Formats: sequence, C-alpha cells, structure tokens
Amino acid sequence: MFEIFGIPSQALFGQLLLGLINGSFYALLSLGLAVIFGMLNIINFTHGAQYMMGAFTAYLLLQYLGLNYWVALVIVPILIGATGIVIERLFLKRLQQLDHLYGLILTFGLALIIEGLFRNYYGSSGQPYAVPEALQGGHNLGFMFLPNYRAWVIAFSLVVCFATWFAIERTRLGSYLRAATENPTLVRAFGINVPRMVTLTYGFGVGLAALAGVMAAPIYNVSPQMGSDLIIVVFAVVVIGGMGSIMGAIVTGFALGIVEGLTKVFFPEASNTVIFAIMIIVLLIRPAGLFGRSA
Amino acid sequence: MKVVASLAFAAAALLTTGAGAQAQVTKVKIGVMSDMSGLYADLGGPGSVTAAKLAVQDFNPAAHGLDVELIGGDMQNKPDIGSNLARQWFDVDGVDMIVDVPNSGVALAVNEVAREKNKVFIVSGAASSDLTGPKCSPDTVHWTYDTWMLANGTGKALVKTGGDTWFFLTSDYAFGHALERDTTAVVLANGGKVLGSVAHPLNTSDFSSYLLQAQASKAKIIGLANAGGDTINAIKQGAEFGITSGGQQFAGLLVFISDVNSLGLKTAQGLVLTSTWYWDMTDANRAFTKRWQVEHPGKFPTMVQAGVYSAVTHYLKAVAALKSTADGKAVVAKMKEMPTDDPLFGKGMIRADGRNIHPAYLFEVKKPEESKYAGDDYKLRATIPADEAFRPLKDGNCPLVTN
Repeated sequence: MFEIFGIPSQALFGQLLLGLINGSFYALLSLGLAVIFGMLNIINFTHGAQYMMGAFTAYLLLQYLGLNYWVALVIVPILIGATGIVIERLFLKRLQQLDHLYGLILTFGLALIIEGLFRNYYGSSGQPYAVPEALQGGHNLGFMFLPNYRAWVIAFSLVVCFATWFAIERTRLGSYLRAATENPTLVRAFGINVPRMVTLTYGFGVGLAALAGVMAAPIYNVSPQMGSDLIIVVFAVVVIGGMGSIMGAIVTGFALGIVEGLTKVFFPEASNTVIFAIMIIVLLIRPAGLFGRSA
Repeated sequence: MKVVASLAFAAAALLTTGAGAQAQVTKVKIGVMSDMSGLYADLGGPGSVTAAKLAVQDFNPAAHGLDVELIGGDMQNKPDIGSNLARQWFDVDGVDMIVDVPNSGVALAVNEVAREKNKVFIVSGAASSDLTGPKCSPDTVHWTYDTWMLANGTGKALVKTGGDTWFFLTSDYAFGHALERDTTAVVLANGGKVLGSVAHPLNTSDFSSYLLQAQASKAKIIGLANAGGDTINAIKQGAEFGITSGGQQFAGLLVFISDVNSLGLKTAQGLVLTSTWYWDMTDANRAFTKRWQVEHPGKFPTMVQAGVYSAVTHYLKAVAALKSTADGKAVVAKMKEMPTDDPLFGKGMIRADGRNIHPAYLFEVKKPEESKYAGDDYKLRATIPADEAFRPLKDGNCPLVTN
C-alpha cells in the first residue's frame, strides 16, 4: 500500500468517495438554486428552510401518518413544491420588475420566519429519523465501509441532477423556459403562458430542495437550523459554478464536496472555510463563475 | 438582543410590604444569557429562563426584602455578541448578575467583563474547567459541571472497563479543546493511550470523514469532545458507518437528555455519560420537571437548566443576607461563605476558586424496551461523591487559591 502526503492511499480513496457523497447534497441544492436563479432571476434564500421543511415533513409523515421514507420521497417534494408555488404567486410575482435585492430580502425574511416557527414547535435539538430498512447495513469495499444508504444517495442524486439538466437543456419544454428567460415578451407572443411556467419552475426548484431534505433526514440531525448550516456553502457553490448555470451547479457541487472531503483529512480545522477561499479565488479570476457566461 | 421574559415583581413587592413602614426593598436584576435559537437552545435557552423564573417564584423575594427582575438575552454562540450584551446589561440596563451562558468561548469572554465591572457571573451552561482554573475570578461561580468532571466521570469509568485506547473528535473551540485536554489526562493517568484526535468546526453536519479517520485509528473508544447537534450527528452517523457494530464504542463526553431524545433510544442505547442532575432521580426533581413542563410541554429539563434554578436560588439567598448587590465580589464571597442547599442539587458548597461542589452521576442510556414512559432514559451506574467529582483545589492553578 502506498502513501500520499503521509496518508495511506486506502484512507484517501475513502475520503474521496465521502466527498462525492456530500457533494451530491451540494449538487442537488445548488441545482435548485441555479434553476430558480436562471429562470426567475431570484436569489432564493428560502432554499435552506425549504430543505429543512423537506426533512421535517418526512419526519412528520412517519410520526403521525406512518408513511415511510419511500412514500415521503415522492410526496414531500410535491407538498413543499406546492408551498413554493403559493409563495411565488403571493409574493415573488410582485417583485419581478424590481431589483434582485428585493427578492433576496423577501426570501431571507421568509427563511427566518419558517425556521423560527419550526424552532418554536419542535425545539432546536432535532428529531430522530431512521435509515429505511431496505438500505440499512453496508458493504466493505476494501478501502472503506460504505453504508448502503450513502451509496443510494449518490446514485439517486446523480440521476436527479442529470434528468434536470436534460429537461432544461435538451427538451422542447426546456427550450421554452430558456427562451422565456431571455425574452419573455417575445415568448408570450407565441402563445406560451410565461407566468405559469415561471411559477411551476419555482415550485420545481423548491421541490428539489425538499427532495434533498428527505434524503438528508436519515443521516443528518433533523433540526430547524439544518438548512441554515448548509445554505451558505451551497450559495458559494452556485457562485463558483456560475449563477444560473445548471451544469455548473452540478459539477461544482460534486467537485467541492471532494475538495472539502480532502480538507477534512489534511487540515480539518479549515474544512468549513476552504469553499469560501476557493470562491474568492474564482471570483478574482473568473467573475462570472467557472461555467457562467459573462454578461 | 431579545428580551424573552421580564417579570415585574415590583408591584407585588410593594403591595405585600404595605405602606412604606417596612425596611427598604433591595432591587435585583438577573440576566439569563443563553443560546436562544442555535444548537444549544434546547439544553439551555428559553428553558433556562423558565428555570430562573421558577427559582425566583420559590424564593419569594418580597418576604426577603428583595424586588427581583428577570431578563433573558441571546448570545448567539458568539463571544463578541456575548461580551457586548454583558456590557450593555451591566452598564445600561442595571443587571446585577448574569447566569447560564452555555458556550465556553462566550463564558470566558463574559467572565472578563464581569470581573472588570465587579458584577456577579454564575456559569451553569459552559463547561471549560479554565473558569475555575487559570481564568478564575472573584466575581464568578461555576455551578453545574465542567470538563474536568466530565472527563473524570466518563473517561475513568470507560478506561477501567477496558476502553484503554482513545481517539477524539473535538469541537474546534475553547470547550472542545478543554474537554479533550482534561479527558486525555484522565486516560493517561489510568493507564490508557490516546491514538489521535481530529478537530472539527462547530456545527458540522457531516462527520463521515472524521468517523472514517477514527475507524482507521483502531481505537477502542471514540471520545466525542463536542456537544449538542454535533454530538447527535456524530453518533447518528457512527451507527450508520458501523462504528459500534465494528467493536468500537462512543464516549459521549457531554451528552444532555435533550440530545438523547433527539437521537432516540434505539441509536443512543448503551451510551455512558456523566451528569450532575437527572429529572427522574428524586421526587423534588420530578415536581420541578412538572412545573417546568408547563412552559415546555413534551420536553425534559437538562442539568444546565436545573443548575440555573439552583444558582439563582443561592444567589438570592446571599443578596438577601447582604441587602445589597452593589459589590459583586462581596456577593460572591457571601455565596462562598454560605453552604448551598436547594431542592434540586441538595447540600453543597462553593470553593475558593468559585467551583460549586456536589455529587456527579454516571448514567447509561436505557435500551428502548427498558424505557417505560417518555423521558425514562437513564439508569444509574455509579455515584461519584462530591469530594471526588471535581478537580482538587490545588491542581487548578487558580490565582485566587495560590495567592
């Protein structure tokens, strides 16, 4: 067995894989943010709260209705996506003509309100949620013990990420969406209901956050502040990838997961700062982000 | 700053003392400074304010010639915010005593502000044993527990039962490092070995990388020198990564009942922990819990919250005896002179270095089938008598003791 910088290669492979798993959460969340920003020009600060709502709803469904993880995986994104649609109709629609900052402040305020409500009812220390039975246990890969649930997380989020990318970049519906972002008036002239499309897109982006929340519930502590712990990092991921770039969000999400994973081995104290250091460097060299098109 | 509760006992005091013929009333203002919305909010936070409120009620200030006002504030786990809030409370709002502060970084900062302003600071929530060691102050009393006591309780018990090799996951701030240092000393003193440690940032959601490092170390015991949400995440993910089924064991060096309830007994069972208070130990504790639960239904008070009750009670006794709050050092000196005695912590005393002395208990988390009702979480493994539970006075390097 060989060593890299004093770390056994086996341990290093393990850390790379773990980084990829964490990266899949970053990718799922930043994907939702990128979709929303790309289509609505809204910096959705509620995203962390919506991720938390996803995890909490999964817990509530299990606790009070006895609905298991698999049901939650389907129902929760729809439910939380629907609340997103309500938010879009009630508030965000009215801000469309205004500066980005208004949307940012509105969604930030909503996030604080939602977190406060959950904290008020459920406290801050979190709720238990078990790994679904079918995915308990794990496999010894030789260089590490890989829990089945983590393998599922990485596989499923890859599928979701690339399906989303395909839908937006390669289908007719996606082309309408992209056209509507470029020039809504013209697209409307072709008889396409742009406001409805925008509403549904926001609902979809929120649904992605909720889906990430359900996937996180069995492994992370389901607590009201789980979203705010993560959201700042995810914003950095989106900025590094290029605001609004779908592929950028996905690739950067996974890549930064790996970078963070390696930092946890070589310099653990810096693991929550490294992403921001990268963000500063990227902004200095490519202000539009790695995959962004400069305006 | 968020004012959580403001009790006006003034009116009540005036009514009961009658038409001015009585002796003068001493005004006392207590500030409960806690983490009101972050990861420690359930172990301290609003529940600490409730505990302080109950202590004031039970003391019956009017009968002792006191007029007590209670306020609460959020230090957000940030030392700068905590010390600013302390300054504002002491200088502008006329606060005489600050209690709780469940974060060692913030508590060490407030400790210095209280020393400078000569006001009383009673720590219930923070753990660092430095508060009665090199940083001890004539204005500060450390009430409920500290890192030396946790290390001595849990650390010693585990080494004695065969857990002689350790790896630490340490929260990267004053508290985590103090806890790791104190536990390392106990492990080494009892013939154990420390194989390594890794420091993680506060509020880490994913521990898998650190767990893998701990797994690779082959240490028998993985010591969690962290608290709250960090401990919960580490144990939850440890179960997933087969840490416990692989023969390694977690030592939760600081685990609260709120954490155990978040994990669920299925995940937390078998965990050994040290605590100075458990709600289901005595009738007095159960009665307190019932009253406390009126404001926090479905939850159980932690030792930090019970410590706030006990601390406020003793502080009010000292102030009633002195009839003044002006000189913080004098109040603390009075508190040290009087033996402590209250329904929750029983009889005890405060040492010269500011350490409050009482027994500690080694608990084991019950299996799900052993738990008969909500909150029936712990079984007692051992009682550590008061004179062994805390660091000997001479070992603390407290300047108040050596001079």
